[in-house]
Amino acid sequence: MHGQKAFLSGNEAVAAGVRLARPHVIAAYPITPQTTVIERLAEMVEDASLKTEYLHVESEHSALSACIGASAVGARTFTATSSQGLLYMAECLHYASGGRFPVVMMNANRSLALPWNIYGDQRDSLSLLDCGWIQAYAEDAQESLDLIIQAYAIAEHPDVLTPLMINLDGFVITHTYELVSLPSQEGVDAFLPPFQTVNKMDLDHPMSLAFTAGPAYNQAFKQLQHQALLSASKVILDIEERFGQFFGRNYSGLIETMHCEDAEFILVTLGSVAGTVRPVVERLRSLGERVGLVRIRYMRPFPDLEIRKALAGAKAVGVLEKDISFGYEGTVFTNVNSALSRSNVKPSRLLNFIGGLGGKDISAADIEHLFLRLKSTDDGETVAFI
Amino acid sequence: MEKQSHLSEKKISIRNLSDREYFYGHKACPGCGGSLALRLALKVLGERSYAVVPAGCMSAVGFIFPQMAFTCNAIISTFPGTASMLSGVAAGARALGIKDFHAVGFAGDGGTADIGFQALSGAIDRHDKIIYICYDNEAYMNTGVQKSGLTPIGARTTTSPAGRRLKGALTQKKPMFEIVAAHGIDYAATASVGYPLDYLRKLNYASKVDGTSYIHVFAPCPIGWGHDTSDTISVAKNAVDCGLWYLAEFSEGQFTLNHKPGEFTSVGDYLFGQNRFCHLQEDDLKAIIMERNAKWKSICRSWSYS
Repeated sequence: MHGQKAFLSGNEAVAAGVRLARPHVIAAYPITPQTTVIERLAEMVEDASLKTEYLHVESEHSALSACIGASAVGARTFTATSSQGLLYMAECLHYASGGRFPVVMMNANRSLALPWNIYGDQRDSLSLLDCGWIQAYAEDAQESLDLIIQAYAIAEHPDVLTPLMINLDGFVITHTYELVSLPSQEGVDAFLPPFQTVNKMDLDHPMSLAFTAGPAYNQAFKQLQHQALLSASKVILDIEERFGQFFGRNYSGLIETMHCEDAEFILVTLGSVAGTVRPVVERLRSLGERVGLVRIRYMRPFPDLEIRKALAGAKAVGVLEKDISFGYEGTVFTNVNSALSRSNVKPSRLLNFIGGLGGKDISAADIEHLFLRLKSTDDGETVAFI
Repeated sequence: MEKQSHLSEKKISIRNLSDREYFYGHKACPGCGGSLALRLALKVLGERSYAVVPAGCMSAVGFIFPQMAFTCNAIISTFPGTASMLSGVAAGARALGIKDFHAVGFAGDGGTADIGFQALSGAIDRHDKIIYICYDNEAYMNTGVQKSGLTPIGARTTTSPAGRRLKGALTQKKPMFEIVAAHGIDYAATASVGYPLDYLRKLNYASKVDGTSYIHVFAPCPIGWGHDTSDTISVAKNAVDCGLWYLAEFSEGQFTLNHKPGEFTSVGDYLFGQNRFCHLQEDDLKAIIMERNAKWKSICRSWSYS
């Protein structure tokens, strides 16, 4: 089931994954730094290595609306966006999840205006955390590709039937080239059978979809939707296990941990910055410091139990995120804090480090400094910009 | 020419119109022109239709779980998303190898000329094989009669009140038919529920067009317009007969007028038969007639007649 290796950017790895997943319909509208995904896909359509209906839509709203329409007749769909584009399709995000249309979308994490900025932070996707989508955050190109293939299996699972958004840090992942292992088409075809659903408009069995439900019924639909997202936690593990059997690459579910078993000081983060934290953890470990890393891979469904378990033995925990909910704290921090509030064993200190907004660099020295902050017992601000 | 053979096909008449109902048991108001436009269209297009209906009157009255009024496949789209969802439905069905189907949208005037305009323009630009029907009742009726881009000048709505200082809507109705035609659309037509045979013929033609079709059907709303619920058809007919609406087609780059009243009936009778225009005065009426005359002069000069 192993294919060849290729030197690909994160965006190109996403496009390669999409080709292997054989979507029936791709709706494309350009926005920096997502553009090379839809450019590569257009080239694949041109050279006939990808057979799909490629729609040049006139906006992100239409991109997702078209994907919902295609999904509503039982087609597999893909679109990609970023930042302002994600906000522009916000109405359709809730629509896709409420209608249980398992669209798969890549989002290039990018700052939100104002001030204008095209570089990476995660305020776009995190501000839409409540839109009912499964949200995954990749760390590198290989994981981006693998997530695309897994995403269809997860989103289209009958227990889930929920759209899935794969987030790649703008430029840092989308435009960085790495050696990527490409699964074979035969392997992906065997791993990912064609999309089957009863939740579709069928000419032999006509249905009304995306309907109105008044006060007597509405909440019941929302509860089913919530249950589906909770069910995704287990489905993700099952799909990853199967993926490992097929392609030899194993993933660790909703979070990935490093040295957390005996760590006193743990940084929790997500996306590409984990790649900066990892060597710092190794270096500090070699100096005898008991430090660790939790990388959140899925923000929805939220890894509640996994976070509690990973942080159970820590003295101090810092949540590092490229996000801020203005007037309070980072959204990832809020979620981690909420999980810990249900835990019997809690770290005595829990700090929120906000950084990387609008692409502001986070260096290895910055990370080392954060571990020092966790170690120090000074009473400082809980929420700090780095 | 394949397109000409469509024209020579058997005419749809009331006699051979399907007895089957595809939009029935809905909660539309008595005398609703929009629901009639939708019901007739699906009788022509048939059971292999995917109906896309945005937020608005027809979705509000037809999709209330668990009582569904459509017997063909149907889905509510977002308000701006009628055309984009239609494109997706058509692309998805095509990709799945489904044949002989219609992706048909039914959007109101606001959903078409205002919030849904961008997506409609995009779909026409792609020549997607969809049928887009705008049922024009000249205001946002579902939300309680607010002014839209297709509300005619002088019409009183809840957001364009008529009082001492203002006389209802201050702007002209957007020429959607001409705007759509300017895209080089494959087929466009205007129609009126007051002239059902003309409307049925256009639906039948649209069903065979290999590209985007747009039909703009004039559909009175007794609640919003302030006329008797039994007068919907006569009001829809009078609009055409007095020359404030016209029946026309656009195909292969050519405009064709389908109906030329020998002599216009009274614009005053048309307007003052509806509460929404009752505040207008003699000079307003004169201005509206002048506009009508200018429009018809332009139509007669540049459109053919058949």
